Amino acid sequence: MALLEVKNLDVHYGVIQAIKDISFEVNEGEIVTLIGANGAGKTTTMQSIIGLIHPTRGEIYYDGQKINGIPSHKIVKLGMTQVPEGRRIFSELTVYENLVMGAYTRKDKDGVEKDFKDIYELFPRLEERKNQVAGTLSGGEQQMLAMGRAIMSRPKLLMLDEPSMGLSPLLVDQVFDIIKRFHEKGTTILLVEQNANKSLAISDRAYVLENGRIVLSGTGAELLASEEIKKAYLGG
Amino acid sequence: MEFITMIINGLSIGGTYAMIALGYTMVYGIAKMLNFAHGDIIMVGGYTIVLFFPISPILGIIASVIFCVTVGIVVEKTAYKPLRGASPLAVLITAIGVSKLLQSAAQIFIGSESKGVTVNLGEIRMGEIKINVLTLITIACSAAVMVALTLFVKYTKTGRAMVAVSEDRGAAQLMGINVNFIIMITFIIGSALAAVAGVFLVFKIQDVGTTFGAMPGIKAFAAAVIGGIGSIPGAMVGGLVLGFIEAVCGMVPALSPYTDAIEFAILIIVLLVKPTGFLGKKRREKV
Ligand SMILES: Nc1ncnc2c1ncn2[C@@H]1O[C@H](COP(=O)(O)OP(=O)(O)O)[C@@H](O)[C@H]1O
Ligand SMILES: [Mg+2]
Repeated sequence: MALLEVKNLDVHYGVIQAIKDISFEVNEGEIVTLIGANGAGKTTTMQSIIGLIHPTRGEIYYDGQKINGIPSHKIVKLGMTQVPEGRRIFSELTVYENLVMGAYTRKDKDGVEKDFKDIYELFPRLEERKNQVAGTLSGGEQQMLAMGRAIMSRPKLLMLDEPSMGLSPLLVDQVFDIIKRFHEKGTTILLVEQNANKSLAISDRAYVLENGRIVLSGTGAELLASEEIKKAYLGG
Repeated sequence: MEFITMIINGLSIGGTYAMIALGYTMVYGIAKMLNFAHGDIIMVGGYTIVLFFPISPILGIIASVIFCVTVGIVVEKTAYKPLRGASPLAVLITAIGVSKLLQSAAQIFIGSESKGVTVNLGEIRMGEIKINVLTLITIACSAAVMVALTLFVKYTKTGRAMVAVSEDRGAAQLMGINVNFIIMITFIIGSALAAVAGVFLVFKIQDVGTTFGAMPGIKAFAAAVIGGIGSIPGAMVGGLVLGFIEAVCGMVPALSPYTDAIEFAILIIVLLVKPTGFLGKKRREKV
């Protein structure tokens, strides 16, 4: 059974339909990518899954349970979270406090302690700056914090919305590295990217979104080799 | 000597305004709405202390806090929560309606005649200065309340979550924070502070009517705006600024008839020079 299943989803902003009857699934242990140009509907899809936007039609199942209509904070408690587009860290809180917010729903103190250690090991910069107000971090550091904050909830399903946006090539590699690392630890990943090359390379499967519809799907390797994809998204 | 009396009066009036202003500013920062009915919570607290005072002043203070918090919770749950995500204008009109409702309810249940209490705790003398004991208690209480609130917001997980919600409600939800719960906590704190302020105002003015909360409510709102609405230290600073203006005006006979005009003139000047108030932040534009 799929860990996440999206069925016949429609989403409207007022009278404008942003998502048109899309269906896809993410199986446990997979990395799945949604690729698509600006405005294709990727963020809308992600926010609908986690309940920040309410779809006009369709169903979303997580672990067999229908989750659309449930408030976001309860969906998060079920074991999924999201690194939102544009990072959206809490700029007035310190780095440490941002990570505490990531662990907001957790009661296992020892586990949280351990995850703090792991995250500081993975992102030494965050430890150096843990008492600094997060708004003073550089863009790359903010992305690391946004990822660390999401990981602090120990999600079973981690969704990332354009985590490489606006980063230098070196940092982009680091971001993909970390995604791979968490995947290897057993986290299921749903990734949204415009950087099709890198994301398809690490994906088990991918869906291509165009004007709110899924127009193509396949394994990462298949899509990487596809002429259409090369033309539209890989600059070739 | 006059100077010391002025400082003490300023702290006492300012502390009271600050406690009310904190309610406005926290609700604005976290729930993103102007709670127009906040001033009327002061009136509710005022009536409660008047009713309970003959039995026991301490019991009266506790009853005021409990009753104001209850009214705050009911108002939030029944009037504001259903409008979460509605247009700001709809919320504002609802808040004005709640304000009128509370005033009318007071009129129906308690009557339109004003009620009063007489409180005289005496004075203490320090050299040539006489200081009212009630004034000192007002200062001590509002200082304690403000320190406690600052520590709560800064050092508890719930306090940090309040800051997170005020900054980015959606991102806070992604952390698993229940935004409605945080807003409820905010209303509880705001109402409790308004109750305490109401009690001290009654002790000072010794007379409560149905529009008792209107003037201090508007002044405290001005204080919140002067300090930078949404900012907790800003509400404290703004409250003290107005408190000192009133204290100075109160001691200069030529100015005292114009106290209110001077306060609102200062509000306008602050807004012209720094539209976000002393400690307010520029609102980040969301994409
Ligand atoms: N808050 C909004 N109000 C109205 N239209 C929106 C809003 N957010 C997104 N849209 C529209 O919905 C479509 C999909 O947007 P989005 O999901 O952000 O795309 P992507 O993440 O793929 O760039 C776009 O046409 C966009 O203009
Ligand atoms: Mg997007």
